[in-house]
Amino acid sequence: MSRKIRVLIAKPGLDGHDRGAKVIARALRDAGMEVIYTGIRQTPEQIANTAIQEDVDVVGLSSLSGAHNHLFPKVVQILKEKGAEDILVIGGGIIPLDDIPELKKAGIKEIFQPGASPEEIIGIME
Amino acid sequence: MVKKIQEEMERWEKTTLQKTLSKSPERQPSFQTTSHIELKRLYTPLDISHIDYCADLGFPGEFPFTRGVQPTMYRGRLWTMRQYAGFATPEETNKRYKYLLEHGQTGLSVAFDLPTQIGYDSDHPLAYGEVGKVGVAIDTLKDMEILFEGIPLDKVSTSMTINSTAAILLAMYLAVAEKQGVRSEVLQGTIQNDILKEYTARGTYIYPPRESMRLITDIFAFCKDHVPRWNAISISGYHMREAGCSAVQEVAFTLADGIAYVEAAIQAGLDVDSFASRLSFFFCCHNHFIEEIAKFRAARRLWAKIMRDRFKAKKDESCMLRFHTQTAGCSLTAQQPDNNVVRVAFQALAAVLGGTQSLHTNSRDEAYALPTEESVRLALRTQQIIAHESGVADLIDPFGGSYVVEALTNEIEKKSLEYIERIDQMGGVIKAIESGYLQEEIAESAYQYQKEIETKKRIIVGLNQFQMQEEPLKEILRIKPEVEQYQREKLKRVKRERNSTKVKETLAWLKKSAQGKENIIPPILEAVKSYATIGEISDTLREVFGEYRER
Repeated sequence: MSRKIRVLIAKPGLDGHDRGAKVIARALRDAGMEVIYTGIRQTPEQIANTAIQEDVDVVGLSSLSGAHNHLFPKVVQILKEKGAEDILVIGGGIIPLDDIPELKKAGIKEIFQPGASPEEIIGIME
Repeated sequence: MVKKIQEEMERWEKTTLQKTLSKSPERQPSFQTTSHIELKRLYTPLDISHIDYCADLGFPGEFPFTRGVQPTMYRGRLWTMRQYAGFATPEETNKRYKYLLEHGQTGLSVAFDLPTQIGYDSDHPLAYGEVGKVGVAIDTLKDMEILFEGIPLDKVSTSMTINSTAAILLAMYLAVAEKQGVRSEVLQGTIQNDILKEYTARGTYIYPPRESMRLITDIFAFCKDHVPRWNAISISGYHMREAGCSAVQEVAFTLADGIAYVEAAIQAGLDVDSFASRLSFFFCCHNHFIEEIAKFRAARRLWAKIMRDRFKAKKDESCMLRFHTQTAGCSLTAQQPDNNVVRVAFQALAAVLGGTQSLHTNSRDEAYALPTEESVRLALRTQQIIAHESGVADLIDPFGGSYVVEALTNEIEKKSLEYIERIDQMGGVIKAIESGYLQEEIAESAYQYQKEIETKKRIIVGLNQFQMQEEPLKEILRIKPEVEQYQREKLKRVKRERNSTKVKETLAWLKKSAQGKENIIPPILEAVKSYATIGEISDTLREVFGEYRER
């Protein structure tokens, strides 16, 4: 039997909007994944460290404060520095379309905008 | 009369109704509000036959205020049109304020960036990427002077969405007023100052709950003596609703928070009638038009009873639930953003029919970014159309007496009270927060709501039905990355030019006050006037109070 997908849902930065993060965490759990939720106000370093310690396959980042351009690439960069570039990083939140190409170039696999369904997100992970 | 209606209703059900139902059943087996209140097919006088008009509804401006808090409501004065705004630097936000005032806005509402809200200066490592993003960046009094430059503080009322650093921002506002030659006694406005919902929904806490409550009661005591026309708190259900809770939970959790603040203030030695009239509230207005109107009426009546019966308030003003409303940000869709204009209009109308004292209407582009000037203007125009064209502002509580609105008002009040009693049994709302009960209730409702969207039990136009291919929204507001650098340099300049001995002295006084029982606001005011930064003042309090960590 294949191992369950392990996911870290994380809230980088100072943003406290965690409705989406919590809903997604629960939807992924219901879909049979193992999900860890960091809680709010995590630094990119804390997120990368938790991802490595918990040996996750995927990191899902959520930010609604507009700080994604700074925070998301930082997580990817730190994972890379620590030799964990195999961990898939995805993100979501209030993210203008124009920002998406740059974020993808920085190594974020997919960005989900408001209205994206948990099913789409699960699709990418599988 | 009741008996006659009862008989007639039974006859109707058996004949006319039955004939139709047998041919074409209703769209759904049952209809429910967001609070899972079962909606009957038809409401009649039977549903409100037990209402005692004088005791339950009464007259506007009188206990229990079900019909409104002012005797003439909007026939006297329209609600305050107050668009929440703030972004980038104080210089840019000042321009936006002047723009809004020019276009007929009647009050200001300040949005601060997250570092300001959480007590970090713009040069703090945790502030990177966040400076000026969700609101305006304020580091020192200097920024606040720029923010209100050319805006006479004796002429406008200002609401500030600020919580764990509320004392500092209020002190800065007082200092700016002083420089403008405006006495603190005439200042009008509100600080949100509602820390409890930060733990349950919004997330900008710094200190643990009990220490935060001390700060809040110090603010109450200070405002009562020095800023008597200021709303010392805005007890907020908005963010819990945005985080996913239902209308009933919004009323219940907000009033439960309100109870905790009143208890804390009484415990701190304040007489209930000396501060209760300066408590204000803040609610969300979501999509379910009728439920929302009923919600506001239920909240008013329930709070009035709580103040009179539980806290023995003697003055009528102490029992008055005055509130600000914002339309529901979480109801906006990124898909077909123009549809949001329509959603906002209905929500705003419900808020007005519910008797709000002030209103913020969201802009159509807020699922993408902070709104552009054009979108905000349209949102403001929406309010102006309701005020001047729809006719509803010429009437007091026009839905009063509607069978369904009165029945739902009763039902929401009853269900909210049940929640409040459950929270009381847990030992009060602080205990309920510490145990995670409130957070779990909110998360559960949010998840159910999402599932209803997934399964199409709930239709959101443009999102899960009536979708179409569309061009992405072209113009959105972008915060330039240079803002961060600009703020940091300004901060450096202020630090260089200020009297650092004075800063050290005032911070030492602040620390001593925090360790003891002395009111903490006077030293904060002095620290602010010496151009101590928000980070320095917050760090001083962090040393004494410690920091809260999410469970």
